[in-house]
Amino acid sequence: MFLLLPFDSLVVNLLGISITVLFTLLLVFIIVPAVFGVSFGIRRVYMKTLLKIFQWATLRIERGAKEKNHPLYNPSVNGIIAKEPTSLEEEIKEIRRSGSSKALDAPEFELSDIFYFCRKGIETIMDDEVTKRFSAEELESWNLLSRTNYNFQYISLRLTVLWGLGVLIRYCFLLPLRVALAFTGISLLVTGTTVVGYLPNGRCKEFLSKHVHLMCYRICVRALTAIITYHDRENRPRNGGICVANHTSPIDVIILASDGYYAMVGQVHGGLMGVIQRAMVKACPHVWFERSEVKDRHLVAKRLTEHVQDKSKLPILIFPEGTCINNTSVMMFKKGSFEIGATVYPVAIKYDPQFGDAFWNSSKYGMVTYLLRMMTSWAIVCSVWYLPPMTRQPEEDAVQFANRVKSAIARQGGLVDLLWDGGLKREKVKDTFKEEQQKLYSKMIVGNHEDRSRS
Amino acid sequence: SVSHSQITRLYSRFTSLDKGENGTLSREDFQRIPELAINPLGDRIINAFFPEGEDQVNFRGFMRTLAHFRPIEDNEKSKDHNGPEPLNSRSNKLHFAFRLYDLDKDDKISRDELLQVLRMMVGVNISDEQLGSIADRTIQEADQDGDSAISFAEFVKVLEKVDVEQKMSIRFLH
Repeated sequence: MFLLLPFDSLVVNLLGISITVLFTLLLVFIIVPAVFGVSFGIRRVYMKTLLKIFQWATLRIERGAKEKNHPLYNPSVNGIIAKEPTSLEEEIKEIRRSGSSKALDAPEFELSDIFYFCRKGIETIMDDEVTKRFSAEELESWNLLSRTNYNFQYISLRLTVLWGLGVLIRYCFLLPLRVALAFTGISLLVTGTTVVGYLPNGRCKEFLSKHVHLMCYRICVRALTAIITYHDRENRPRNGGICVANHTSPIDVIILASDGYYAMVGQVHGGLMGVIQRAMVKACPHVWFERSEVKDRHLVAKRLTEHVQDKSKLPILIFPEGTCINNTSVMMFKKGSFEIGATVYPVAIKYDPQFGDAFWNSSKYGMVTYLLRMMTSWAIVCSVWYLPPMTRQPEEDAVQFANRVKSAIARQGGLVDLLWDGGLKREKVKDTFKEEQQKLYSKMIVGNHEDRSRS
Repeated sequence: SVSHSQITRLYSRFTSLDKGENGTLSREDFQRIPELAINPLGDRIINAFFPEGEDQVNFRGFMRTLAHFRPIEDNEKSKDHNGPEPLNSRSNKLHFAFRLYDLDKDDKISRDELLQVLRMMVGVNISDEQLGSIADRTIQEADQDGDSAISFAEFVKVLEKVDVEQKMSIRFLH
């Protein structure tokens, strides 16, 4: 017992010193720059080093697989089967053309028509455009996280050691650091906004509120080791406008709000989120809806319109897809935000999944598990493009306007532009789409009403 | 035969469809694919995967059904003339399509069955009488033994000029 005492105090001393050093480093290199909005560039150096290591690791796996004659699983990036982008009409005409010598213009039914539906159906069973958007993207090269590896076997000692080192660094060094930062950021946000809330309304309050918000979001950005590249910042959203962006995860909010001052829109949550929401709204007018109000579309539209028409109020941040998509495509934009008549500022966000996949698969992981996965990845790397503002033209309706904005975002971010509803993650597809197909096919076998007298 | 990477990809697809994670797919798992749900013959195609009276299909069964759609050129590489006919032969592809029409599996497409399938394909857009006359005409043109139904042999005869190999084949990308 007595022998342990001197060792005991030595250990305690060492622990105390290392914690002090850690916190000083934290303060100097991370929190102070976050407060003032500057950066030392440490994260970019980190990113470049990681990239080199990943490339080495991938080559090593490939070499190892060749030596042992193991077949390598290559993830499919562009789909696994060849699909022809032809229409129902063209395909069925082609099938009939090869089968019979009858005139093709006369609408009629052929037994061979079934081949079209059959093949299309089987193609979608093998690979469809929609369901794969709701699970994480597959990577081409390995990034030393076992969660993204499909070829992980004991390939070489060096590789396994590297992976083990990676685990150590991520869980024992980066994770506590990030958790500490996140804690600091969130508590500063809550206390800061509450304090600012006590001030009388005016220029001073606005100024302080803006900087409290920005500062805390910047700390949160560093808590995730997010390396963000902003493009075209001159197009940043202005007061009285609506900012729309594609949605991949809750982190999108932190990424955008650390570079601009927005009014948030969302549902009131309980727990920690609720606390944060109630504090934030004291400092500046965010738009929070009760759960029951969310269903009432007119109420939502009315409140948003009121907010937007007040030019002194901040731009609203909205994600029209309504749910998280895996960042390979942009799905249908709900038309609600496009009916209000405000200027729309589109923003495209594209994550680089190499360093950590930011997609939140809400059916697979809860919020806490998700945040833990984020904080044990290498980094979150993304690019943000601010697109030029768009307004609704007189000849287009809300849906067309929404699609136009969506195409612009998809094009800029290099994402696939889909018309499918993100709600298909949880709900069944509407019957109207099947009815459209049936209508199209009916035209092929009986033509239009005028031709009916012929048969 | 099918390459290793093709099998791995299809297995990866199988597991992503298997929401219950029990190694088999049910009809609901297929219906969750939006593009299949809007296919007018979606239910008939899904049915082709499930053997008689069963509600679950395992990976082996899944591959067996998909094997019908391998391109016929693949067979040239493995000339096994003494073995059983490969699943993706022209005859078996035609048989797959035949089974989509043959609802009660009695190896004949009756007028009633043809009407039901036609109704699935056109929805509410064509009247009963018109659909009836289309069905009658089709059976009349195909029927050779006068039993007012289409047997498999008659089916094959009607489609003898159609490029079945190309229209009922799916190519892998690589």
